[in-house]
Amino acid sequence: MMLRTECLKEIAKVRGDALVVGVYSSAFEWIGISPHPLNFLSVGAMGQASSSALGFAIGLPDRKIIVLDGDGSLLMNLGSLVTIAGVAPANLTHFVCQNGCYEANGEHPIPAQDMVCFSGFARAAGYRLVTEFSDLDTLRAELPGFMQARGPSFATLRVRAGEKPTLDYSLVHGPESRRTFQANLNALLDSRA
Amino acid sequence: MTNASGPTTMLDGGAIIGAMRQAALDTIVALPDITTSAGLLWPISRQPDINLVRICKEDEGVSICAALALCRKRSALLMQQTGLFDSLNAVRGIAVEYELPVCMFVGLLGKEPGVPPPQNKKYSVRVVQPVLDAMGVPTLCIEENSDIPKIPAAVDRAYAESRPLVVLFGRRVKA
Repeated sequence: MMLRTECLKEIAKVRGDALVVGVYSSAFEWIGISPHPLNFLSVGAMGQASSSALGFAIGLPDRKIIVLDGDGSLLMNLGSLVTIAGVAPANLTHFVCQNGCYEANGEHPIPAQDMVCFSGFARAAGYRLVTEFSDLDTLRAELPGFMQARGPSFATLRVRAGEKPTLDYSLVHGPESRRTFQANLNALLDSRA
Repeated sequence: MTNASGPTTMLDGGAIIGAMRQAALDTIVALPDITTSAGLLWPISRQPDINLVRICKEDEGVSICAALALCRKRSALLMQQTGLFDSLNAVRGIAVEYELPVCMFVGLLGKEPGVPPPQNKKYSVRVVQPVLDAMGVPTLCIEENSDIPKIPAAVDRAYAESRPLVVLFGRRVKA
């Protein structure tokens, strides 16, 4: 079991210029660990991060798209694994932080907490590459190669939360953060025009 | 209302696809709906210039279309009203509250032809527009073929104002 912030720090080292879609607790930690113009906060409707990431992957086919999903979030949108596998975006890398609970909502356990296998779901759905990390040394060693592989790729991160991040929902739900993201994305799109 | 060949009994799928093209909707995200299947979704699946994304559940499509809009690409989500109801939290959170131009094309299963949706006997048809009105989502009902040319302007308005749109098909669509 890894500390989630330590995992995110490793991902930050190899993100490059990727657009990153984060959810809830992971998103709050991520924006502190890897501040970047293309951090998209997927918090408006729980479970939608993977689908948002697929939209970005289709809309920006030459840009790496990373989704930092949560286990509770992904359980709300398991069909998206099949949809993503069907579209097969080569630029999409999907992480799920499996901590076994609804961390932002009182830490209640997810259903079948000790049995559910997200990598199994992704493999059965048809992702090109599926793996699982539960110790930091292995993650550190294998992450660069994993990130370079042709997607859609999927990795379960067996994590535990560290200190609770400050959940400033006014920051992530506020119109300012969305306007800033859109302006940053517009700048990228304009630079290509 | 009548057209050159008499009263409208089914909507013209070719004309709807033409209106989608005119509105620059080059990606269609869809789940099958029996009212639009033969006349719209199957023909769309054969259009080489339209990117069709088949999804498992309709709320996925709300997010896909929203992200495409952020990338300045136009798209529409094609589904049945039952799927729209299933997606209302995503519509609420992502399209309405986050002010994104998610365009949804919705077949009304069980609708009485020629009867405005709110006056239908069938509950699942009757409540569609009141629910969307309450959410502040504009609707355009395509009851006759003469309504189809209204689609491009409605889509343009949705993108100009960055807000969602629901286009309701009041009759079955034929190829």
